[in-house]
Amino acid sequence: MTPLEAFCQQVINGLAIGMIYALIALGYTMVYGVIQLINFAHGEVFMMGAFLGLTVFGAFAGGAWQGNSLVLAPMFIAGMAGCGALGVAMERVAYRPLRASPRLAVLITAIGASFILQNLMMFVWGPCDRSFPGFFSGAGLDLGVVRVTAMQGFIIASSVAMMVGLQVFVTRTMTGKALRAASEDMVAARLMGINVDRVISICFFIGSGLGGAGGILYGMYYNTITFHDGYLAGIKAFTAAVLGGIGSLPGAMVGGIVLGMGEGMAAGYLSSEWKNVFTFAVLLVLLLCWPSGVLRKARHE
Amino acid sequence: MSSGDVENLGTGRAGPLRAGWAALCLLLLAIPLVDRNDYHLDTLVNTGIFAILVLGLNVITGWCGLLNLGHSAFFAAGAYAYALLNARLGLPFWVCLPASTAAAALLGLAIGSCVFRLRGDYLALVTLGCGEIVRIALTNLDRVTGGPNGLIVAHPAVAVPWGRWEFGIRSVPYYYLTLAAVWLTVSISARLERSGFGRAWTAVKEDEVAASCTGINAASLKVLAFVIGAAMAGLAGWLFAGKQGFVSPESFDFVTSIMVVSMLVLGGLGSIGGALVGAAALTIVPELLRPVQEYRMFLFGAVLIVMMLFRPQGLLGGVRLAQEMRPETERVRQEEDETLAEDVRT
Repeated sequence: MTPLEAFCQQVINGLAIGMIYALIALGYTMVYGVIQLINFAHGEVFMMGAFLGLTVFGAFAGGAWQGNSLVLAPMFIAGMAGCGALGVAMERVAYRPLRASPRLAVLITAIGASFILQNLMMFVWGPCDRSFPGFFSGAGLDLGVVRVTAMQGFIIASSVAMMVGLQVFVTRTMTGKALRAASEDMVAARLMGINVDRVISICFFIGSGLGGAGGILYGMYYNTITFHDGYLAGIKAFTAAVLGGIGSLPGAMVGGIVLGMGEGMAAGYLSSEWKNVFTFAVLLVLLLCWPSGVLRKARHE
Repeated sequence: MSSGDVENLGTGRAGPLRAGWAALCLLLLAIPLVDRNDYHLDTLVNTGIFAILVLGLNVITGWCGLLNLGHSAFFAAGAYAYALLNARLGLPFWVCLPASTAAAALLGLAIGSCVFRLRGDYLALVTLGCGEIVRIALTNLDRVTGGPNGLIVAHPAVAVPWGRWEFGIRSVPYYYLTLAAVWLTVSISARLERSGFGRAWTAVKEDEVAASCTGINAASLKVLAFVIGAAMAGLAGWLFAGKQGFVSPESFDFVTSIMVVSMLVLGGLGSIGGALVGAAALTIVPELLRPVQEYRMFLFGAVLIVMMLFRPQGLLGGVRLAQEMRPETERVRQEEDETLAEDVRT
């Protein structure tokens, strides 16, 4: 493998994992955009998505469904809907009652929720790595210098589809307009007759659903999932969201891809042990130097 | 002692309060005379170590209002300072106390002077990141720190007329040593709370702009809170390393930081008595729950949510904290958002 081929391969690997980070980052950024809360438990929602997908796969395994990739459809539907519902429930129980309280209070309940979900999954699935089924057994596409596996292609294609869908929803529908209005000015949106509570619930539903889809893709890509995978993936996705400017949807997508590639490079050219330090270092530098993100979201005065 | 008690000092409530503290001290001093069970005493030593950690976090989060999710980094700094000095240079336990607290305080100075401009969520995340970086560094710098295998360090020993008396794995000496350290931390905390610093921290927490207008240098106060809180955690780390005779990175992970936050929240943010109660409750209750050990971690998560929803001032927090955490209107949150937005713009 020539250095150029190796580099291009790292780009593709980074792109695939970056897409997953971008999906999770969208959940952070949507919620932040509307209620200025960092949903600390979002990483756990992502992990729950992977486990929900695994449960559905278990239910369908064997018989006519054996080895059939169509099983992915119920996996994604159940995973996304389940995570969406979980996100909405979490908002109702842990965040809504504290909407008037200082940030510290909501931050603490968010950490509590994340801890409960993590330990719930540890209890249900055990503390060890669970193997996640692989799909598209090794098929791939050679593009001269790089090889894109079918799995990577699936991740990139399905993520792009979900992002385009989200963008259309936000810019072209009435609900999307209400969502943008609420994130611009919640009080004014309420005065215009927008049911802000409903908008917030929708935000949590969509954001958590995308996170759940990210979880299933992550499980499929790495073929393994544990109860504490959500913690690190959540922090990385949050870094991605900040990288692109938290509150901005295109920013989250770009941030995820940039972070995924950067991490791929760090793992490939530095050392894989320090890969996570790379993410944290990016996070620290960003938060300290450019808290509003590298792609600055146009702010209204 | 909560802020409400401070206001009541000298109005007659201080008398019974003093008596209460004295009774508690006597009771704690007497425990090993009655109960020599090593398991019980060990649990109490752990409670004491956590109490010191919680008191340190209380300075940063309880008084100054800066949520620190990387407190275990300071704990690690204290423990590893002793471990390295002992394992590499052979320095004895007692000599390393200043080094342990100084190492942690320096780390507090470094982290504090980076993060004092941040607040709320961003601050919490940066401190979390710092804590993780410290842990990953301890794991991967294996030439120096022994990596994941950790370091074996000497237990403390004292000189007695007939030679050296090793603490070894006895429980009683560690019990009294921890008790002394907790007493020291509590009395420093109580003095700090009543000092100008304590009042200034509260002012910065409640309204930074107003505090700055009265001539308080908010930035240096925040850094100072980090330094003092970290130094206390360093003391806890020194004790922990000496008692365990062993340090490894996994003792200083994110879960430890969250446990300390849970203890502080349970007892009441900003309350010294609350810090002790929180540490005791969340160390002793899980031990009682050993038969259903898998559920123990739920407890920490549930404590955080339930306390914030139903009793945000914690078990021993004062009325003022209750009002602060549960304002009548959305005004507080909006003001906070506005100052945040200004920060982002500038």
